[in-house]
This record gives sequence, C-alpha cells and structure tokens, in this order.
Amino acid sequence: MKAETAGKQSVSESSARTGSEARETGSRTGGASARSGLYALYRKEMADHLHSGRFLIVLALIVLTSYASLYGAVSSLSDAVTADSDFIFLKLFTLSGSTIPSFTTFIALLGPFVGLTLGFDAINSERSEGTLNRLISQPIYRDAVINGKFLAGATIIVVMVLSMGLFIGAVGILKTGIPPTAEEVGRAAVFLLFTAVYICFWLALSILFSVLCRHAATSAMLGIGLWIFFALFMSLVASIVAGALYPINDTATVGQVLDNYECQTMINRLSPYYLYSEAVSTIMDPSVRTTNLVLPQQLSGAISGYLSLGQSVLLVWPHMIGLVALSAVMFAGSYIGFMRREVRSR
Amino acid sequence: MDVTERSPGTETEAAEAVTAVQEDADGRRPIIHTEGLTKTYGSKVAVSDLNLDIYPGEIFGLLGPNGAGKTTTTLMLLGLSEPASGKAWIDGKDCTREPIAVKRIVGYLPDNVGFYGDMTGRENLRFTGKLNGLREDVIEARIDELLERVGMTEAADQKTSTYSRGMRQRLGVADVLMKDPKVVIMDEPTLGIDPEGMRELMELIRQLAAQDGRTILISSHQLYQIQQICDRVGLFVEGKLVACGKIDDLARSMQQEGVSILETAAFPDDAGFRELLEKLGNVDSVERTGDFYVVRSRSDVKRELLRKSLDAGYTLSLIRQRENDLDEIYRRYFEEAGEEHEGGNGRKAKRFGIFGKNGQ
Repeated sequence: MKAETAGKQSVSESSARTGSEARETGSRTGGASARSGLYALYRKEMADHLHSGRFLIVLALIVLTSYASLYGAVSSLSDAVTADSDFIFLKLFTLSGSTIPSFTTFIALLGPFVGLTLGFDAINSERSEGTLNRLISQPIYRDAVINGKFLAGATIIVVMVLSMGLFIGAVGILKTGIPPTAEEVGRAAVFLLFTAVYICFWLALSILFSVLCRHAATSAMLGIGLWIFFALFMSLVASIVAGALYPINDTATVGQVLDNYECQTMINRLSPYYLYSEAVSTIMDPSVRTTNLVLPQQLSGAISGYLSLGQSVLLVWPHMIGLVALSAVMFAGSYIGFMRREVRSR
Repeated sequence: MDVTERSPGTETEAAEAVTAVQEDADGRRPIIHTEGLTKTYGSKVAVSDLNLDIYPGEIFGLLGPNGAGKTTTTLMLLGLSEPASGKAWIDGKDCTREPIAVKRIVGYLPDNVGFYGDMTGRENLRFTGKLNGLREDVIEARIDELLERVGMTEAADQKTSTYSRGMRQRLGVADVLMKDPKVVIMDEPTLGIDPEGMRELMELIRQLAAQDGRTILISSHQLYQIQQICDRVGLFVEGKLVACGKIDDLARSMQQEGVSILETAAFPDDAGFRELLEKLGNVDSVERTGDFYVVRSRSDVKRELLRKSLDAGYTLSLIRQRENDLDEIYRRYFEEAGEEHEGGNGRKAKRFGIFGKNGQ
C-alpha cells in the first residue's frame, strides 16, 4: 500500500512539472512546438499507464512478491545473522526463506514482465486503433513518439523500483530495528539502479517488437518467449555449446575444464538475465570478490575480507555497460524501424 | 521575384528553384504544387510523374479506384512518405525536406480516423492542441468552438470508444481544424457515413472552403458526393493523373471529342440487330449489356438507327442518349484500368485517353 501511494505521489509531481514546462514553451515557433509535442506525448503516456488496469495488476504483483520475499527473508534472518552478523540490511534483499525465493531472484524473474507489459503494444496498438497516422501528421518529429513512450515507461519503472526499495527498506528497519549503514544504503541504491536499467532493457525490447509486429499479440508472444528463453534455457544452451566446443571427458586437463567454463560464462553473459543476476549478487554481497573463475594459487596471500562499495561497483561496471548497451541497441532498432516504416491507415 | 515572372511553360527552370511556384494565367499562385512526383514500391509504380496545381480556397477532388495511388499522394504531400523522384510544395514549403513546417499548416483527416478510446472527445482534441504547441487558453476556446461547429458538444465528454463512425468522423474534422490549417487533406471522408451525416459533412466542407478560405483536397472513390462540392477534380488511374479540370470542362471536352453513347434495344432481339448497329456510320463499339446494347459513336446516330432498323424490320423498344457526366468519365477511365466499381457492368471503352491533362 505504501509503495503504491509513494509511486503515485512522485509521478503526479513529475507530471505537474512537465505540465508547467509545456505551458511555458507553448508558442507556435518551430523547435518549441516540436519539443512541447514530446512533453504532451510523455504526459499522455504517463496518464495512460497510471490509469490502465494493466499497470495496477503489475503493481499489485510486484507489491505482493516484495512482501512475500520480505516475509521469507525476515523469517530466516535470525539464523543468518548468527552465522554472519555483517550487512544485515542487505540480507533483506538477498535472503530467501525456506520456500520463498529472495527479492533479487524475484525481480530478476519478474522484472522483464513489468517491462514487457509496459511496452508490448506501444506502437502497434496505435496503428490498429488508427491513431498513429493522426499522431504523426501533427507537427512533431517522428522520434518524439518513440521517445515519449520510452521515457514515460522508464519513468514508471524508476518510480516503481524506487518505491519498492523504499518499501522493503522501511519494513526491514521496522522489523529488525537496525538502521542501515551508509555503505548498505549505497549498495541498495546501486542495486535499484541496476534493476531500473534491467527493466528498461525489457521495455526497449518490447517497444522494438511493437514496432516490428503488426499485432500486439505477436509482439507479446515474442517478448514472453525471449523472457522465458533467457531465464530458463540460456544456461542449457550455454552448456551445450561449451560442451561441443571444449569437450570434457574423464581425462580432461585443468586447462580444458577452464576453457569450457569460460566459454559457458561468456555465452551466459549474452543474456541480460544472467548479467543482471551476476551483477546484483556481486553488489549485494560484499564478500564476492570476482565474477570470474579464480584458481587457488591466484588467491594465495589474499586476506579474506569484504570489498568496499567502490570495488564492487568496479567489478560489475562491465555488466552495467553491457545492460545499457543492450538497451541502447534495442532502442536504436525500434527507432530505425519506426522511422523507416510507412504509416498507412489501419 | 523572378519566380512570379515565369510563364507556365518553363518546367525545367522552375524545378531548379526550391520554392518555385508558378502563377497561372489569372495570376493565382497554387498553394499545392507538385512536379514529377513519383513513388515506387519495388517494381510497382504507385504514383507516376504527378504534376498537380491546387489553388487557395479550392476544393479539389482526387478521384480514383482503390489502389490508384490517391493515399500515397496524400502521404507524400504530408511528408509521411518519401517520393522516389519529383518534388511537392505546400505553401512554398518542400514537403519532403520541411515536413514539420508543412504539417503545421496542413490538417490531415485519415481514412477511418481513430481516437484514443479511453479518453473523451474533448481530451483527444486537447491532446492534438498540445501536440501543435498551442497555448492552453487557445486550446480550450478552440475546442468549444469546433465542437459546436461539428455538432458534437453533447457527446464531447463521452469516451470516444462509445462513438459511432459518423461521430468519429465529425470529431476527426474538429481534430483537423484544431491547428487552424490552411490546407485540409481528407482521405475518403464519406466512407461509411449515413446520408444525413453525409449531407452535413458536405455542408461543413463547403463552409471550410467558402467561409474560412481553406484549401481542401479530398481523395475518394465515391464520385457522386465529391461531384457536388468539388471545384475541380483529378482522375487517378494506376498512379497516373489521366484527367484534371472542372467537371463541366471534362464533360464538354468529351462531347467535343464527339463521343456519343446510345442505349438501345429492339424486337426481335437477334444477331442481325447487332450487325445492323455495327454497320451504322461512325460507330466505334457495340456492346451487349443485359437487355440492351450500348453503342459508342463519334456522331449522333439516332436518326440513322431509326431508319435502318425500320427498314430491316426491327421494332425499337429502347433508345436513350446517355449523359456525359462525371459518372461516364469515371467509368471510361476506370474500366480501362480493369477496375470493378459500383454500377460497373463490364463495358470496355475502346477509345481511351481522349482527354489530355487540360490543367486548370
């Protein structure tokens, strides 16, 4: 409940801000008109998202899963604290209960769903409703349509992710009674940022499908198919391919095993799901020192301890760049597809 | 301005100047001007070498069967589709290079216009106003005025998903007028509207041209409605503008060319009668249509037909001269293109293309 109201508040604030800006630029001069077109589109898309039943369902789902995972984490917190009493705040996000997966696992699985829901019919529903050609015959740049839709979706995602984080943090503090340290807050913030970028990737992907596919159902199917593929089957594919390229038998050398493992990891890292999961488990667990394979002799002389936040971020920086780049590629694809597509009536 | 001094014949010179728009004999300056506008999809030519001039305050009808290239032409005029070659200008602005400037003064009512179903009619209009960068007070005042004008004031606060097709069309007209356009392009505006709605729409379109001085380009395949309100028409067949001008002029030039079409039938209805018809002087073609024959000739053959059929022992049961109206012009061109259309019954015009592009 708290998350919902927090989300709505900040959304209404931001839309009020863009509203006043649109008023200020509301003259009929060239650039201003085209720019206010983007604001008008952005505001309309935001309003559409917030009023749609679909958004409420997604929000309810996310709130429920947050609550469930939090419940699981809190129930197994005391056991975990006796084993290791550091970074209790972060454990709220990463601990799984006896039957309930952790919050980070849930988000890695359900985040794509949020992104897909917000974008899968962005362009093709406009086309089938017959509003698209009316829209692009207005004096706005054509990219404003894509930009407006992406920005509105991204805003919703950021607001949703932030309110989820605050919700879990608030409940966690109330429940455990231990205030988070600055580093824990920093790590949680980086985690939320990663989550927002991850979901935005799926938003960009679903907008791409909505440009390419004529029917909303087709683009939804494609999106869901990819989501399931990345979440469930990518690791299978990776191990099959790695097994074919670097076969391991009973007499395999260490080198062969290493090659096989590295190949598998490289293929897995093509999947945004794996990238995100790896990055998040590194960020949320300061004891993770590397994301790659390390041999015992490489560790000799190392003092066991936690990584600082800066070092953890450094470790997952390539993941962040990778996710942003993937989103950018998807966005560029939908951009080009939309620009080149001739828009006729339905 | 040397542009204004050009005579209408210097096509190549005009093509060099970016905003070259020639005046016609009366000193009018076309607001829509195209030169050699061509659009191809793969090997299919959708619009071929279109030269068109439309003058301010005019209602111009772009007529043609489905797939003749009418919509493609309107899309190119709006800068929504890029021509393969040739250029188009609206009010001196290049449609391909300055689409934003063109879209600011051109309102487009697409075929089967759609609205955001979960917004009310008023909200849809407000959104269009904002996309055009209008000030809020201007938007609200204009919405009220336009809703009144298209008779949608009562339904304005209902969601547009509840609207009937006629209501959507009327809201579409209001939507087009939100930006106060100089030029209005309508794609099949009369499709699927009941007769009363049609009459109102026609009245509204006439007002837009006569009272507001807007230029209106209507593309349609429903000639009867268009005939009533258009100042000039252009006939489109397979991407080519085969005739262009006032309807009266088109009909007159058809008569000058000496095409006379006669419907006739006789008793006994046997092969001999057909032979008789074919032997009449100046007859181009004889075709059987249902119960009667259609005779196309270069001169009036009624007298000769009466005499000869009497001599041959035939009793004429029908003899009727067919009027040269847009319907006939339309039929001739469109049938040549092998198109089906309402009332078409398979006659073929042998002499095709008697009209040049007799321009303005």
